Amino acid sequence: MILKSKDLLGLKDMSAEEIEYILDTAKTMKYVLTSNSKRTPHLQGKSIVTLFYENSTRTRLSFELASKYMSASSANINSSGSSVAKGESLIDTGKTIDMMGTDVIVIRHPQSGAPHLLAKHVKASVINAGDGMNEHPTQALLDMFTIREKKGTLKGLKVAIIGDIYHSRVARSNIWGLTKMGAEVSLAGPATLIPPKLEMTGVRVYSTVHEALMDADVVIALRMQLERQKKALFPSIREYSRFFGLDENRLRLAKKDVLIMHPGPVNRGVELSSAVADHDQSAINEQVTNGVAVRMALLYLLTRRGTNEAAD
Amino acid sequence: MKLLIRNGHVIDVKTGIDGIYDLLVENGRIAGISTGIDPEGCEVIDATGKYVLPGLVDAHCHLRDPGYEYKEDIESGTRSAAKGGFTSVACMPNTDPVTDNESVVKYILNKAKNEGYVNVYPIGAITKGLKGEELAEIGELKFAGAVAVSDDGRPVKSSSLMKKAMQYASMFDIAIISHCEDTDLAEDGVMNEGYTSTVLGLKGIPAAAEETMVARELILSEYLDIPIHIAHVSTALSVELIRNAKKRGVRVTCETCPHYFSLTEEACMGYDTNAKVNPPLRTARDVQAVIEGIADGTIDIIATDHAPHHIDEKRVEFSLAANGMVGFETALPLAVTKLVKPGIITMKKLVEKMSFNPARLLGISKGTLEPGSTADITIVDIDAKFTVDPVRFESRSKNSPFGGMELYGLVWCTIVNGRPVVSEGVLL
Repeated sequence: MILKSKDLLGLKDMSAEEIEYILDTAKTMKYVLTSNSKRTPHLQGKSIVTLFYENSTRTRLSFELASKYMSASSANINSSGSSVAKGESLIDTGKTIDMMGTDVIVIRHPQSGAPHLLAKHVKASVINAGDGMNEHPTQALLDMFTIREKKGTLKGLKVAIIGDIYHSRVARSNIWGLTKMGAEVSLAGPATLIPPKLEMTGVRVYSTVHEALMDADVVIALRMQLERQKKALFPSIREYSRFFGLDENRLRLAKKDVLIMHPGPVNRGVELSSAVADHDQSAINEQVTNGVAVRMALLYLLTRRGTNEAAD
Repeated sequence: MKLLIRNGHVIDVKTGIDGIYDLLVENGRIAGISTGIDPEGCEVIDATGKYVLPGLVDAHCHLRDPGYEYKEDIESGTRSAAKGGFTSVACMPNTDPVTDNESVVKYILNKAKNEGYVNVYPIGAITKGLKGEELAEIGELKFAGAVAVSDDGRPVKSSSLMKKAMQYASMFDIAIISHCEDTDLAEDGVMNEGYTSTVLGLKGIPAAAEETMVARELILSEYLDIPIHIAHVSTALSVELIRNAKKRGVRVTCETCPHYFSLTEEACMGYDTNAKVNPPLRTARDVQAVIEGIADGTIDIIATDHAPHHIDEKRVEFSLAANGMVGFETALPLAVTKLVKPGIITMKKLVEKMSFNPARLLGISKGTLEPGSTADITIVDIDAKFTVDPVRFESRSKNSPFGGMELYGLVWCTIVNGRPVVSEGVLL
């Protein structure tokens, strides 16, 4: 099997088979990652550049370590202290990176669609590490990897996603990915933070957290951006937490063995009570490990395209 | 000099002419329309199988001159207009400096006189600097040659200021063209709010942002009994609100643009910045309502909202891209293909909406082939088919979402003040 596109821009346009293939590959990578010698030659001679127009600690570090564990050369560019800050266009920046012999560009950008624009103008593979409110496909892949690892499958599972759906690229990627893989997705959040016509994507949208949580196999709480309060999207953190925060009481509505996830970083006491965040069934810390495995898999699969190996 | 246009299907709304005639032009004016005019001593254009129309009048375009000549200037813009069959165009005041005073109006008129391929009529600003704070000197604008006032591109946010603008402008009998957009509701949206914006993860502009201000203008117009013209109507409810108001006798006119009856929000898929425009492309239901509004006369005018932008302003992230699309060279073919060919309107109605009514709105003696009037004529072959190729546009900018589309309606001849500027489809 081979990935259809040179790039990973989102899960929207990816097939269930491709997603399955990435998750299977990540399983092997996790084995490497958790072994004593975290070094494979898979990306020897390959060059990876992370181009981040937004601040990020974990995603960037995750990609960087994934590259290093597989022996790639890697470099970072961030929006301050580079040509980006001088007003160079995305295409010009991309072409410059491309011409230095880069195999993969990992981009995070505040504008939806920026990775798509970049991908059209460079030879390198482009991985979307989060674009505006559009997608964050590697996060959704690591979420699906975690669920599959814990539950054995994605098909038929009931997954509840709670929080600010409107601004969440994590939610969007998970919606595309999970529905393709046969999971049942239910969503809840403040009415001001639900995108229009979301039901048309094949998910259920509820106005109370109770309905969404009912009999859930998995719950994904989203990070609440505290500054949204200033734009009158919700009255206060206190009220948000009262109606949409997950505590042990609410968790009882879900299945007994519900898996608790969060893309991080967690606002303790807001989206999740500390008891829930640190719960036995919380996979929040494992999600981080799985993120590296999924990113190793993607870097490997994308750089392998076009080589002889890709024919198998 | 005598010019004879023979055997074409001549349409004129004012005189009611609609049939095969010869049309004689003498000394830059229409000398007569009848059958079997003697060609002796005339330069002859054979218009057999083609329509001979009063030159098209565009009530809404952006020529970007002065200030943004890298996008378009009066020379390139009027070349593009001529190629598209327009003989008169009214250009919006969002220039730099803003067309909010006599000297900018005079500059545009002078440059158009020297370099223009078609007649140019400046539209002045409603408020100084388009800032929505103080009235522009509307009287001075009118006497300098402005044919309407508008803050196009921006709404007049204050209802009180809009009311005063309407009252003040009515004193000079000059049209007010309102760009209806509640910018609070539109917030930082970049395309229509709906399923497509959700799929693309882009912030949406709700239809209500347009509709609430359309409603405000209708109420103000009714209250003051002063006419208002609504620019670029794009939603089903806007059409319905205007239809209702007209029934009550409100003195409202309105326009739509070819993209609002030809394209839906889905044109934005793949983050195609050429489909980014304000108001945004809407849903199939809105397109249908706009078409119905055109058919039943609710929508009086088809304007281009020709909005040229440099490629560097479009080859960027969708949210950062400039709003607007060039329109002169596709407007008539789109109207022919989407409205006339499917039988939604007749060619006579098309002439009404693209020539007669806009001329009336602007108060200019255009839009007719009545003998004695200036010979502004458009000859079009509505059966000729072509593929849109933006690279070949006369406009300096190529930002069109219609590239590759097959359309009917080739502009065969554009005659301005008795002088052909486009002949056999070629700009002279």
